[in-house]
Amino acid sequence: MAEPTTRQTRPGVLPVGEPLTAVRTRAAVRGERATPGVPAARRRRRGGRHGSHVLAHVVLATGGFVMAFPFLWQLVMSLSTNAEVQSVTPTFWPAELRWENYAAVFDRLPFLDQLRTSVSITAIRTIAQILFCTLAGYAFARMRFRGRSLLLGLVLSILMVPSQAYLLSQYQIVQGLGLLNTVGGLVLPGLFSAFGTFLMRTAFAAMPEELEEAARLDGADQWQVFWKIMLPLARPTISVLAITSVLWSWNELLWPLVVSSYSERMPLSAGLATLISDRTTDYPVVMAASLLAMAPVLLLFVVLQRRVIDGLASSGLK
Amino acid sequence: MASPTSAPGRWRAAGAPADEGGRRRPLRRDGAWPLLFAGPLVTGIAVFYLWPVVQTAWFSLTTSEVFGGSTFSGLDNYRELFADPLLYRSLANTLVYTGVVLLGIPIALYLASLLNLPGLRFASFYRVLYFLPYVAMPTAVAMVWRVIYNGDFGLVNHVLGLVGIEGPYWISTPGAAILAVSVVGLWSSLGFSMIVVAAGLKNIPPEYYEAAELDGASRFRQFRSITVPLLAPTIFFLLVVTVIASFQLFDLLYAILGNANPALSQSMSLVYFFYQEGFVSNDKGYAAAIAMVIFAIIGLTTALQFRLQRRWAQGG
Repeated sequence: MAEPTTRQTRPGVLPVGEPLTAVRTRAAVRGERATPGVPAARRRRRGGRHGSHVLAHVVLATGGFVMAFPFLWQLVMSLSTNAEVQSVTPTFWPAELRWENYAAVFDRLPFLDQLRTSVSITAIRTIAQILFCTLAGYAFARMRFRGRSLLLGLVLSILMVPSQAYLLSQYQIVQGLGLLNTVGGLVLPGLFSAFGTFLMRTAFAAMPEELEEAARLDGADQWQVFWKIMLPLARPTISVLAITSVLWSWNELLWPLVVSSYSERMPLSAGLATLISDRTTDYPVVMAASLLAMAPVLLLFVVLQRRVIDGLASSGLK
Repeated sequence: MASPTSAPGRWRAAGAPADEGGRRRPLRRDGAWPLLFAGPLVTGIAVFYLWPVVQTAWFSLTTSEVFGGSTFSGLDNYRELFADPLLYRSLANTLVYTGVVLLGIPIALYLASLLNLPGLRFASFYRVLYFLPYVAMPTAVAMVWRVIYNGDFGLVNHVLGLVGIEGPYWISTPGAAILAVSVVGLWSSLGFSMIVVAAGLKNIPPEYYEAAELDGASRFRQFRSITVPLLAPTIFFLLVVTVIASFQLFDLLYAILGNANPALSQSMSLVYFFYQEGFVSNDKGYAAAIAMVIFAIIGLTTALQFRLQRRWAQGG
């Protein structure tokens, strides 16, 4: 799970005719490790296919443009007038950039309320998941107690259950507690994560026992061993857990839709979805709002790209 | 997707150092610590996940009364459900969506092989670009896709118009709507598939290719005899994860179609059907029965995966 961030790439990464240092720096920037001292023959063989690399760039860049296009289009529309958005021949560049559409998001929509809700649920859930899952993951990996494997099995069994199988009943519980339309109701089931427990247990189980033993011989108690020795070692996995939790809490739609009935009480994900069902659609403002809603997570992703990609790809779950 | 390590293995691992301090061990049964550490999470999972599953299974055997309360009605919900054309409609839509999204895997395989070319510049830039839709909020990207698919001023129909085709009202035409959503699903999951395949490709030792090349094997032969067999477990994992995720289709469908759509009842996915019955029509028993059907489908897929994976591990 905790993969090293720098991964040995295939040898022969060096393009021909470039000074070695320059290449190595660029590779280092990309987070890859160049292999110095690759035999010249091999270098030539690999690097010799520059023609095919051109083709690769053409294909990848075209595909990349298709991937990015909806975002760019959204940006263009968010700066247009409603008439430009709805003109039959598409306006690829608005006559005038209307930044006031972004101000309108805050004036005309309950955007700030929704943003506050989104931030709250994301923060509360992430902190709670880290707390509960780390503690439980450690207990399941390293402590001995009766019923451990049974309890672990029960917790992990939830991973195979689709959320519909508990949603109706979760709703009843939250309703019974009088928490509909509150942040409490929005976060409640999501405070606990079977996936996070699985993630943390795997990480702790892979750590060497000797460290713990040594600390214990020095008179550390269970809490000190956990807090001072094991937790710092688990930091990379905790960051994977944090990333998955943030993404999921920020983007999730079904649960917020179910437990909140006024748009002022919804997080952004649900709030945006109800926005379009209104008949009076001011497209530019809707586009600006959705870009703003996505922005924090996309920014986080661009900053932490490698960690997010590797974390999500290795966990296999969103 | 490692299966949970069984407790005996863990005991054996712990057994080795126990010999030196055998007498100290029993004292360190950890006392109340496990309760403190695992207690909160286990309680939370039990109350908010495990018990609800049991309760939902029970709901599926009851019928809600008009004035609140519910009565036991045996398998009535299931009988009604299996005679309901909407179940088959929504199952078919879910399968169409799954099928289209699965088309992304071969595309991802091709793109990942390009991405893994030795010495390719901007590789991490491409990774970010392709991964962007996967992390973006589904309801937010749905907004732009709604406009792109718009029948009157959407880009898709504009482009089709340039080559003389009059496109349908994608979002409000039954049949076209689920296809439109599927393409968005493909778009948003492609990056994930690509990264998973790229990681699988990176794990194939380059020496294999070098040896094959020395032996004069063609590119195609290398692909067939090295890449395909060594990548098979990765592809299989991806297949299972994609199918399970596709069966959860809700967000994109809900946000792209909107809830005042004339094509909605013909375009629902299984999860949408569940949501509609459970939270719009408030028919708890019926929705619970749908949930159990989804549960069974996911359960069968997972069981199949475990079985095949074990065979893989044994057969090498």
